[in-house]
Amino acid sequence: MSATSARSGVDARSRAKLRTITLFLLPALVLYLLFVLFPVVQAAHYSVFKWNGLEPLDNFVGLKNYETAFNSDAFKTAVSNNLLIIVLSLAIQIPFSLSLALLLNRRFPGRAAFRLIFFVPYVLSEAITGVVFTLLLQPHALVDGSLQAAGLGGLVQHWLADTGIVMITMFIIITWKYFGFHMILLLAGLQGIPRELEEAALIDGAGRWQAFRYITLPLLGPTLRVSIFLSMIGSLQLFDMVWVMTGGGPLNASNTMAISMFKAGIKNQQMGYGSALAVIIFLFALVLALAYQRFVLRRDVEGALTAFNG
Amino acid sequence: MRPFDLFRYVILLIVAGVILIPIGYAILGGFKSNNQLVGDPVSVFPSPWILSNYTDVVLGANALVFWREAANSLIIAAVAVTLTVGLASLAAFVFARIVFPGREAIYTLFTLGLLFPSAVAILPLYILVQQVGLDGNLLGVALPQAAFGLPLTIIILRPFFKSIPVELEDAAKIDGCSTFGFFWRILLPLARPALATVSVLAIVGTWNAFLLPLILLNGADQWTLPLGVMNFATEHVSDQARILAFTVISIMPAILFYVVAEKQIVGGLTAGSVKG
Repeated sequence: MSATSARSGVDARSRAKLRTITLFLLPALVLYLLFVLFPVVQAAHYSVFKWNGLEPLDNFVGLKNYETAFNSDAFKTAVSNNLLIIVLSLAIQIPFSLSLALLLNRRFPGRAAFRLIFFVPYVLSEAITGVVFTLLLQPHALVDGSLQAAGLGGLVQHWLADTGIVMITMFIIITWKYFGFHMILLLAGLQGIPRELEEAALIDGAGRWQAFRYITLPLLGPTLRVSIFLSMIGSLQLFDMVWVMTGGGPLNASNTMAISMFKAGIKNQQMGYGSALAVIIFLFALVLALAYQRFVLRRDVEGALTAFNG
Repeated sequence: MRPFDLFRYVILLIVAGVILIPIGYAILGGFKSNNQLVGDPVSVFPSPWILSNYTDVVLGANALVFWREAANSLIIAAVAVTLTVGLASLAAFVFARIVFPGREAIYTLFTLGLLFPSAVAILPLYILVQQVGLDGNLLGVALPQAAFGLPLTIIILRPFFKSIPVELEDAAKIDGCSTFGFFWRILLPLARPALATVSVLAIVGTWNAFLLPLILLNGADQWTLPLGVMNFATEHVSDQARILAFTVISIMPAILFYVVAEKQIVGGLTAGSVKG
């Protein structure tokens, strides 16, 4: 008898546990599966059809949409623009953010104010940032006027209308908007490194550069990898700012993969082709994630984003 | 002052200038006339100061549009952030404190959401939202927006929930507290700093969203502020001063919110490591 009641006690407890798991986890899981994972799977599904999004989905075309994408000059420009932003971010934006984080990684009067100011652009919407900079970059507006006033009139460009300049302009504005975010992440990482380590190295005769290169930088590795990864994912889906400022022009010179996707799927009702472009964006991200050994990264992401909790 | 400190201040001041000048130009430009803006682009202060651009946005000719867009943004943000933080807290509680087979697999499923760009899901979402009859409905934007916020929120909350001692839960249970009672009355209040941080991040993300509302909302009366600013700029292309005024008023909520919640955003990301 006692055995039976013990078993039913266990049953009741595991039933209660199951109920808790279901009630607590299911709502988030359903929302996430329905609105995030399911659409990604659907994109792959739609991508092998020629489809305008309205009629029945029955015109199977295999990989033809992908073929069209890789034969499209506009899309090729888009891919190279996204890659250009990734490369410039890694080569310029992240080192710049790191330099500023190093400058702020010490108590001095005004530090909090600088930190406050540098992060402001991150809280502005990309679309609104785009509107403001479009006005600043008009011919004879603030940027041109300032350059001329400084005697640097020779540097004046058609910032948004010159096919050779427009992506550089975009990159500068992206950096304006996002370096503060990376700086804050890296600053948090730097402050997690015990100062004694660097001091010990200095006492042992290492130069400042050596101490940074061989002590600080390796210890900053996890944060740096998160920063780089977030920057790459962001660069791959670049849309808002470019759409507002140039719509991908002039002559597709500032086209991005997400803009191609939006134009195909929404403007031209080529839902199948647009979905193929979405899958290509996904594959780029996947390759990057694999290159980053995503399971290591997952630990890094947890570490960097949650360091402040403990 | 040592030379290095001087160098530090010079660099930092230049960068601060590059950040603040565009914002200052927009704010002051809203007080100028178009003739002033075009005639002398580098003069700092308006002369004379013109108030009508701003008053028209808040009270006058453009007020209806502005306040409607602000209300739409607010409704979407309120629904999305409540859902993200609420559902993510419940899920993070399970991931942090209940052991069961398959837990790590489901958790990994959520972390995958951080690894690919959300733009990938956009076109099928457009179809899906029509199929479930939410097209042209603010909820049709808020629900996917909430879903996009889940992975990061769960990842941040989980270790925090884990760090709350098991003894506390046992004591609460002995005193007759249900699991939900413990979650609601003990765990969440203890987790307030972490909840503040994830809420602030979710609010910023939702408030600034552009591509999703651009695709899912189908009329001017549903637009949010980022869409509205873009459209206002297209419609008033020859009235730069008014565009600047509209833009400045539109970013004010974000800036004020940031100044108030700076501790959660910036301080939150850095404080713990100073402590540790």
